[in-house]
Formats: sequence, structure tokens, C-alpha cells
Amino acid sequence: MATLIDSAAEPASTSTDAVLEIDDLNVRFPTEDGVVHAVRGVSFSLRPGEVLGIVGESGSGKSVTSMAVMGLLPGSANITGSVRFRGRELLGLKDQQMSSVRGKSVAMVFQDPMTSLDPVYKIGNQIAETVRQHDKSISRAGARARAIDLLKLVGIPNAAGRIDAYPHEFSGGMRQRVVIAIAIANQPEVIIADEPTTALDVTVQAQVLEVLKTAQDETGAATVLITHDLGVVAGMVDRVLVMYAGRAVEKGTVDDVFYRPKMPYSIGLLGSMPRIDAGDRQRLTPIKGSPPSLINPPPGCPFGPRCPLHYAKCDEQEPDLYEVEGPRHTAACIRVNELVEADVSAEDIFSDDSSDTTLAAAAAVGESALAEQGVGDAAAETGGVPTEPPPIPGVDHTARHDQHEERA
Amino acid sequence: MTGVTAAAPQRQRGVGTEPVLTVRGLEKHFPIKGGGLIRRTVGQIKAVDGIDLDLYPGETLGLVGESGCGKSTTGRAILNLQPATAGSVKYNGRELTDLNRAKMRPLRREIQIVFQDPYASLNPRLPVLDIVGEPLIIHKVVPKAQLRERVNELLQTVGLNPEHNNRYPHEFSGGQRQRIGIARALALNPKVLILDEPVSALDVSIQAGVVNLLEDLRDQLGLSYLFIAHDLSVVRHTSDRVAVMYLGKIVETADTEDLFDRPAHPYTQALLSAIPIPDPQRERRRKRILLTGDVPSPANPPSGCRFRTRCPKFANELTDDQREKCINEDPPLIDRGNGHPAACHYAEALTLL
Repeated sequence: MATLIDSAAEPASTSTDAVLEIDDLNVRFPTEDGVVHAVRGVSFSLRPGEVLGIVGESGSGKSVTSMAVMGLLPGSANITGSVRFRGRELLGLKDQQMSSVRGKSVAMVFQDPMTSLDPVYKIGNQIAETVRQHDKSISRAGARARAIDLLKLVGIPNAAGRIDAYPHEFSGGMRQRVVIAIAIANQPEVIIADEPTTALDVTVQAQVLEVLKTAQDETGAATVLITHDLGVVAGMVDRVLVMYAGRAVEKGTVDDVFYRPKMPYSIGLLGSMPRIDAGDRQRLTPIKGSPPSLINPPPGCPFGPRCPLHYAKCDEQEPDLYEVEGPRHTAACIRVNELVEADVSAEDIFSDDSSDTTLAAAAAVGESALAEQGVGDAAAETGGVPTEPPPIPGVDHTARHDQHEERA
Repeated sequence: MTGVTAAAPQRQRGVGTEPVLTVRGLEKHFPIKGGGLIRRTVGQIKAVDGIDLDLYPGETLGLVGESGCGKSTTGRAILNLQPATAGSVKYNGRELTDLNRAKMRPLRREIQIVFQDPYASLNPRLPVLDIVGEPLIIHKVVPKAQLRERVNELLQTVGLNPEHNNRYPHEFSGGQRQRIGIARALALNPKVLILDEPVSALDVSIQAGVVNLLEDLRDQLGLSYLFIAHDLSVVRHTSDRVAVMYLGKIVETADTEDLFDRPAHPYTQALLSAIPIPDPQRERRRKRILLTGDVPSPANPPSGCRFRTRCPKFANELTDDQREKCINEDPPLIDRGNGHPAACHYAEALTLL
């Protein structure tokens, strides 16, 4: 069960018919303070019609990943790895060559509909421009008719009358519909939606998600849905990729990741969400501290300093994605076998204590936080990091010990 | 700071006690100025248009609604930060709306506010000691010699390391900054805290810690909260009672469990059904009540019921005769047999979750 998955060798069946394949993508930004390693070795592939959700908190690298795929990062960014659309390498293409891919093969829906439309052009012209850009044989009148059809498809009432309106005459939800109309104008095979509903109110979000589903049905496009909202992901996607500190830390089907999360960060993330369907008011289980700086990150698991199961071995090497009951579900934690056996919930391993003394920038991991969780003895000896693995409820630890040796 | 155990004393609220804060008919209108040389007022944005609230000691009252419904303006009008246009706000029986700044000042010890954005609400040029200590100096409650001691105590209360009291806001993460904002609000031992979207700007894993902290503080210090938020899941988690706002008015109010189990107003129902649940199987089975259109302008709200332009009930279920009433009559916020008040002529409780 503890076989290591080589990131280059995703299950063979997917790589043949995948529309989009991302392999070991790395993005580095040089800054005055040092090199920010924003995306560190992300790999995934997308089959036709499939919906992949990428979740993670601010700064986890989800948006940078999508911008790298679209070739929209500034020239100063150093991008390595491989992004293949239908087998064709996209990384390294000239901007002009990328222009024929963007919008035609891979389209994008951005987060903020207030800024992703050009305020000085009528929305009809903006849609028609996209249509004619990729197919010069369409007449102006034809493109305009197509624009009206698209507006109807995304649910703009009185589309023929609204086509000559400017973006400022539309509300946020309506503008996001227009952005979706532009994205699907050329029947793309991949749609990347980067936080498409984050700027909207919930009732409008529900409408826009419906439109996104319609758009997907209509084009049959594979979709990457990037969001921080686990609720949005739950209802929309087939597979989930959880990102933390620029890495994929857990991958699996949506049911696997939501019902059987095996990376402590995913467990904690799900446990920290207040739920509208939770009747009794049990306490939330926060994750202590904050994400690490991506400038010269220390070796070892990036989640270590915030992880209640963290011990010395975690700091030796960054964990790879290990299999969890089959190759389709993987989690980046050296203690994944114990977690599979124990089947723990967030309350079992995270403390619900409300203090937060761990400083983001401080190298010293909050000793007080660890001490409060009952792992203080070992912590005292090694300056905050216990040498022995903190126990997981429900695991027989005497029997487990050799597992770690073998894993390393 | 340890979590509250089951043995902790139950919070007391409700029957028999007097509300600490009573709001009646509160209105806040903003003038719309015309162009031209003489900027005449050509209309009114009715941001808050006649709302009633009672806040009891030790309870959390959630005030929810979408952007532009007037929930934050309500908070500010209660604090007299933006003087109300009409209506009354009483704190322990004392009227606040007619007080000037000087007379309001001693009362600010009692009612404090925590702002939404922890990046904008802390002065970047002051160390934490000065930020949290400022109210203590202004209100002269602590001798200078003991200032540092009191600030450290406050930092400890909100779960921060007192040794960091000489650091500046930029050295803290978002969650920690919000804790500094809470420490500042607690400095004067207030009785009532107005929390204006206190966790909206935070990532979920960090938000949970701040939510827990607020619950602990309420129980330990006997505070009352007016919890303003747009996220109903957070409100369900933190509040004892909830009031739902739409376009400047409260459309439904009930005990938390009652509101989530049996929402009666079509807007509350749509709002609840729109919120995604992080549970794939439930989420796939769920039916959503989708609203059409957008919130109308508060400068020119629809006649009668303000929600009728987007109301699925109005559009699909009612007969023309019944619709007449929606168009002509503003529905009062009363109990129509659903166990709690709802401002809909045809309120009918549904089970959605």
C-alpha cells in the first residue's frame, strides 16, 4: 500500500486520452527578498468532460498554476515542467502562438467580473471579438448573432436588447455570465474557472454555478474549478486536488477527499468549516498558525509546523504523494498508513483551543501550542519538535513503529 | 486559554431579563446629490428603513443579509458612528441617537466594535502595545505605569503572545491581526460588542480559531454580540438568534435552530438553499431555489413587499388576487403561525436542510 507514485507516471490510461496534462509544474518568482517558489511540482491530468476542483487557501498557488497553464504569468516568472494540451507542449510557446490556444482550446473565467471585462467596449463587441479572433470566416453579423445566442445561453434576459450595453450597466452576477459566455464562445475543450463566484453573493453564486454547469454541458469541455470554498467544490466536481504551500498534498475523487481525507491538512480544513447543516453547535477545530513563507522553505513537510501529528522525521524530507487504498487517492503524509488504519476525524487530532501564539514569520514553532496538545515532553528536548510520533487515536503504536523506517 | 468545557456555566438570556440594547424603527437614509453647481438632494438611499432589534445580555444575535442590504449601516447607526435618520437606539434604557460626540464618549466604553478588515482597521505605524493601549489612555482607565501590564493581559486573553507587544501589525498574520482588533475592543471591558463581519476576510482554517475565541470570550466575560455577517454557516454556528435583512428591512427573525429548520420567508429559504454544503452526496441531491434577477436599488425599492420582484413564490405560486396584496401592502414582521415572525403575507415554513 505504501508504494510511492512517480509523479511522471500517472495511471497510463489517463495520459493517452487526456486533454490537458500538467507534469511537475514549477513556478518561481524572483523578488528582492529571494526567490518565491509559488508552485512546486504540481501534476495532474484532465480527461474530456471531467471536472477537477483545485482547493486551497490564499497563497497556496492555485491561481498561479492556472495562470501558468494559460501563459499569462509575467515574463519574470521562471516556469519549468510541462503543460500539454492534446499532447502539444504549451510551455515555451511564444505569446502569439499562445493566442491561438487561449480562448480557442483552453478558455478562462476569472474571479473578478468587475475587472475582467473592458469597460469601454460594449459587451456584444467583446463577445464577437472573441468569436472572430479564432474564426475569421464568420461575418460581423454572424458573430453578432452568435453573441446573442451565447447571451441567451448564459441566461441574460432580453439578450438582443442588452447586447449593446456596457459592462457598467450590468450587475456583478450578470457580468460573470458575460465572462462565461466569452469563455465558451469558441467551444473550448478546457475551461479554467479561477474563483468564478468568490466576488458574488450566495444567491447570485448559485445562479452563476448553474450557468457554469449549463456551459459545461453545452460545450462538453473539461473544467478546472479553482476555489477556496469546499462547499462549491462538493457539488460541482468529480475529482479534487488539495493544494498547500504550492504543492498538491492530496488528490482523489470528491467523495474520497471529503469523506476519507488522509492528509492532516485536508482533515483540518474540512474540520474547520462551519456547516450550515450542522444542528448541534459543536466547536470548530481550527488549524494553528499560518501557511509558511515560500521564500527558501525549510526541508520537510510544509504543513509540519501546523500539524498536530508532526515529529522529527517529518522535517527530514518533503513527503511525496503516497497511495491511499488504490492509486486514485493519494496523500502527502508519511503517516498515511496510520491515518488509514485509524480513520480519524478532525476533532480527534486537532485541538479546538482558541489561542494562536504561533507567529507566521517566527522559525520557532509555537511550543506553547504543542505543549497544550499534550506532546510537550518530547517537544522540550528538541526545541519544539517531538522526536517520537505523537499518537493518533485508534492506532496501536507499538506495532506501527517499523513502518516509518521502511517508508524512509 | 482553555476551551469551554461542558461544566462551564450556561449563558443566561431570554425570559425575564431586560434587553441591553433595544432598537426601534431605526432608519438611515443617505442623500443622493445631483450634479451641477448647486448639489441638490435628488433622492434618498434607504440603506436601513425601519428595523427593530433586541439584544439580550449574554446572547449573540446574528444579523445576516447580502451585500448592500444595510447590515453594516445598522451596526454603525447603533453606535452613532453614522447618526440615524430616525428611530431610537436604547442602551440599558438610555437613548443613544440624540447624544453628541462628547456625550457619546463615556458610553463607548460599554459598546465597542470589531471591524471586518484586519488589514485596514489597525494603524500600520503603531506597535500592538499602542494600538491596544490607546483606548485605555483616552478613557484614562489605567495609570500609565500599569498600561503595559493590562495590554499584555489583553493579548493573552485573545490568545496572542504578550512578548510580541512591541511588534507592528504587518508582522502578524490575518487571524492574529483580527485578534489584535478584538483585544482593542475588549480593552475597556465593554458589555456589548458589534462584530461587523469579523471573520469574512480570513481563510477557513484561521476563521475557525477566531470564531472559537469569540465564543470563549462571550462566555467568560459575559458579553453580548451583535454578529453581522453574510455567511449563514458561521451565523448558525455562533448565534442564539438570527435576523435576516433584505433591502433595509428585517424579513425574518427567529431562534437559530428554528430559523434553519423551518425558514418561513421565501428570501430566507432561497438564501439557505443557495449555500453550498461541503458534503458531495448531499450536495448532488439538493434542490436549489434559484432567485432571478438582482437586488433592486435601495433608492427606489418596489412597492409593497420589497422582495416580490425576485420572489419565487410571487412568480410561481400565487394567484393574481394574492399578488395584489404583495404589490400594495408592505407585509409586517409578525408570526403567521410558523412559530416566529416573518415579513411575508404568505409565509409558510419549509424544511430545507
